[in-house]
Amino acid sequence: MTPKKIRWFFILLFIVASLVFFVVYPVPSLLSWQSACASKCFFVLMICFGMCLYRLLRGPTPADRAASMFAMGILIVGFCAILSIPTGRVWYIDIAIAWALQSFIGALAIAKFLEGKGFDE
Amino acid sequence: MNQIVGYAFIFIGLGLNVIGCIGLMRLPDVYCRLSSTVKCVTTGTCSILIGTIVIKGFAGASSSGGSIKAFLCIIFLLLTAPVAAHAISKSAHAFGVKLWEKSACDEYKEDKDANKIS
Repeated sequence: MTPKKIRWFFILLFIVASLVFFVVYPVPSLLSWQSACASKCFFVLMICFGMCLYRLLRGPTPADRAASMFAMGILIVGFCAILSIPTGRVWYIDIAIAWALQSFIGALAIAKFLEGKGFDE
Repeated sequence: MNQIVGYAFIFIGLGLNVIGCIGLMRLPDVYCRLSSTVKCVTTGTCSILIGTIVIKGFAGASSSGGSIKAFLCIIFLLLTAPVAAHAISKSAHAFGVKLWEKSACDEYKEDKDANKIS
């Protein structure tokens, strides 16, 4: 067993354990109006957030961190869209639009900053 | 019926999101990561929003304007996400991030050296 094989074994174990957890264990809903299907969707999105956080913490260059922040911003849009279904509240989609525009402007600002230019060029 | 079709769209979108985030975690390079992630995550989130539109009904009384806002959100995402990814990759190239060592060619750098683009 080389170290690489041991690492792959642990990753495979993590994937199988998360799949079993996803199928068997019902995710405890935070609020009483969440349907079961929406809470499963939240679980999948949480896994996506975990992967983005891994790249955000470990990324070797600043551009990696900017990319993962942008991906997390788009994921939050999907989160708000799913949250608006069981509640029936429309203003979650307003939050989604605002968050999309804000993450776009943030990504542009980080890109300008990395490029070494001022903000008015 | 609306619920079934809408949740089918939402699950397709979640699968695309998971594929994009695996690409963000596993690929070797900033440019590869951007190329996989932003495309997959944008398409997946647009699919989730289409699912909410299908569940709520496009212009019915039950949606109360939410579907049109979701449609606007899809247009915003499709317009802004490629622009931001392009800006991040261009600034990474100007910042001096190296390409992967197995990359075939770097045409942007060649064009810069030949003074074809500013």
